[in-house]
Amino acid sequence: MLDVFKFFSKDQGTSKNVAKERLKLVLVHDRTNCSPNFLEMVKGDLLNVISDYMEIEEEGLDIRITKTKKDNNKVMPALVANIPIKKMKNR
Amino acid sequence: MGEVIVITSGKGGVGKTTTTANIGASLAMLGKKVAVLDADIGLRNLDVVLGLENRIVYDLVDVVEGVCRLKQGLIRDKRFEGLYLLPAAQTKDKSAVTPKQMQDLCKELKKIYDYVLVDCPAGIEQGFKNAIAGADRAIVVTTPEISAVRDADRIVGLLEAAELNSPMLIINRIRIQMVKKGDMMNIEDMTDILAIDLLGVVPDDEYIVISTNKGEPAARDEKSLAGQAFRNIAKRIMGENVPIMDLDIQEGFMVKIAKLFGLK
Repeated sequence: MLDVFKFFSKDQGTSKNVAKERLKLVLVHDRTNCSPNFLEMVKGDLLNVISDYMEIEEEGLDIRITKTKKDNNKVMPALVANIPIKKMKNR
Repeated sequence: MGEVIVITSGKGGVGKTTTTANIGASLAMLGKKVAVLDADIGLRNLDVVLGLENRIVYDLVDVVEGVCRLKQGLIRDKRFEGLYLLPAAQTKDKSAVTPKQMQDLCKELKKIYDYVLVDCPAGIEQGFKNAIAGADRAIVVTTPEISAVRDADRIVGLLEAAELNSPMLIINRIRIQMVKKGDMMNIEDMTDILAIDLLGVVPDDEYIVISTNKGEPAARDEKSLAGQAFRNIAKRIMGENVPIMDLDIQEGFMVKIAKLFGLK
């Protein structure tokens, strides 16, 4: 019975996913010196702008600060947003 | 002209010294001339991991200060043809050496050796700055723990700020059965987060404890999984294309044995 629960909870409630999510949050702060709160604000404003043009799936939204390599091999922080679109709005 | 590779991690206790010793031994077994250099001044350790603690006469600080010649400071490992150790000073502290002195030392060493491996101390202070001063390339060691990965990320940032670009990642002490249960971050999780190239994955292996007890690098043992992982890493450093070991198959085999004996 326990195994059944384990099966369904897989990939969401596993402790490694908790670790990964926590890690992503602290690294946003470590890398850019900005707080998770700041990222939430960026997220909110982005949503406001985009929702004028398309319907988006808010649960699937993923916004984070990562690193990206430029042509000269220099590494820069990058804001990456993955925003699933439900439907385009008719304009 | 050889190459100087610094082995760092930020966090202590993730296996930098073991990694340095085993990669050094593996490169020597592959026929290379290798110097391993303990840059952890005041906390000498690479000598005991390699089992050479009884043969130390001079140390890194003696060489830098000119108390002895470079060749006198280097201890030849009789078990591995071509492997030499320059031990750290135990009685001095990290300010005994400057980054410039380390740079000069590394320059001298790479004239003689194919590879110079620098075992970096934990932390991001003076000892770290000294250790990376003369390096051409950097390896970052981490374990699948949130604290170690966080520190590794910080180290990657500092290495890049010091223009040691494209550091390579070694994931140490991964436990495949925990990864499978979702209780440990997997390889992809960590390469995703750190966004640097993967050099190797070393499974958690009890044999490492045993071999360190004896002062014999695990790389020499054919049966040790971790030893095999280190030998593969050495080949990759030399530019060979060796696939990452499939830990799943190994685990599958162990589980089958465990099942056979009714342990699982």
